Amino acid sequence: METQRTPLYDFHIANGARIVPFAGWDMPVQYAAGIKAEHLATRDGAGLFDVSHMVQVELSGRGADAFFERLTPTDIGAVTEGRVRYSMLLNDAGGVLDDLMVARLDGRLHLVVNAGRATHDINHLHQNLDDTTKMDVHHDKALLALQGPNAARVLSSLGLDLDGFRFMDIRHFTLGAIPLVITRSGYTGEDGFEISMPAKSAVDIAEALLATGTVTLAGLGARDTLRLEAGLPLWGHELDETITPTMAGLRFALSKKRREAADFPGANIILDEFANGPKRRLVGLLASGARPVRDGTNLLHDGVDIGIITSGGFAPSLDRPAALGFVDTHLAHDGTILAAATRGGETPITVVNLPLVPHRYFRG
Amino acid sequence: MLKFSEDHEWANLDADICAVGISPHAVEQLGDIVFVELPDIGLAVNKGDAVAVFESVKAASDIYSPAGGEIIEVNNALLDDLTAITPESAMANWLFKIKINDAGDLESLMDEAAYNAMIG
Repeated sequence: METQRTPLYDFHIANGARIVPFAGWDMPVQYAAGIKAEHLATRDGAGLFDVSHMVQVELSGRGADAFFERLTPTDIGAVTEGRVRYSMLLNDAGGVLDDLMVARLDGRLHLVVNAGRATHDINHLHQNLDDTTKMDVHHDKALLALQGPNAARVLSSLGLDLDGFRFMDIRHFTLGAIPLVITRSGYTGEDGFEISMPAKSAVDIAEALLATGTVTLAGLGARDTLRLEAGLPLWGHELDETITPTMAGLRFALSKKRREAADFPGANIILDEFANGPKRRLVGLLASGARPVRDGTNLLHDGVDIGIITSGGFAPSLDRPAALGFVDTHLAHDGTILAAATRGGETPITVVNLPLVPHRYFRG
Repeated sequence: MLKFSEDHEWANLDADICAVGISPHAVEQLGDIVFVELPDIGLAVNKGDAVAVFESVKAASDIYSPAGGEIIEVNNALLDDLTAITPESAMANWLFKIKINDAGDLESLMDEAAYNAMIG
């Protein structure tokens, strides 16, 4: 299958990116500085990520709220104008078909879904659509993530007024004559912004941000290490059709009103786990030694298989290997020592609470 | 005699001692290296055995022996500072030396020109 390119492809090449195929797209995995440097620059300053491979979907019409609620555990009525929520599409077994961001702006719902699940999600939405809801997929937009403690300063220096703009807000802005829709959100655990713009303006915006001299270009490699440290799930790893939100530490995404109504897909299973605990839970895992423990490694306790690593690599901010994985609930406690069944034998690995690196969102 | 494998190892044969490293291209592709495991001295190896491991932030890569024989020297000094493993130093940074059984093992490897053509 031919890979797609974002409007910033040539910009990435010109800036020394190494391009890899990802979810059907040619994406920068890193630039010349490398994953560790890009990661640390994001934690310490501001990193700029092209996330235009993610798909932006708009729902409108009088039935849009009800439509969205049929597929998710979110109380969408509580998502007021100018606000953003983390949500997910669920199947009848309570498994996660995809996770997504949903925002209400200009009275319409704006969704951002994972690139690797976009075709699935759009089909799923289409199949459930009725004539009271209209769905538009915006292939003519780009999406940039500006993340890190200096991100707000960078946008302010370009003249954007961020007064009263808090974590999980969405608002219209303009830069020069370019219309932007910005959410204060991200996938790094840091304060930051996701900036939607017309595709034709993407290079201008990226260059304006870089020209501030305080922004480091960062690729998908750093995006992955940052989200791993932040304990944020990645579909295909910490989430899939067999993993419930209760297992994945996403109880916060199950709205109280929807739990009481028990009217979302898989509600019986999810609500039972909500009350009684799931069989396994997502945890952080720190292996002893310098060697990363990778995705797919089984976890043992007294020789019994009690879990699995779902993301494993190196955590630059911790300067040591780190992982995420699922562990039987009775062992999913901070400080429990397990064994990772690695090629060379068993490596001691300790359960730790998530996030591995504290979140620093701007809550105003 | 310097040769390269399709897996991006280089092998430099001097009499019956073969020094083995990884190419500048391989180091560049790995990115930040966070862990290296080298073989033990005295290990008997076959051509194609995985004898060392490089772990980058993203992935693990095995290093294969280009020839059969015995590991007689290991460059453990490399482990002191993994940031010193760079594309620029890759041809000087041998990982291990093998006393080889059969120089014929290296015949299937590429010369530098062919290797450079392969990586483009």
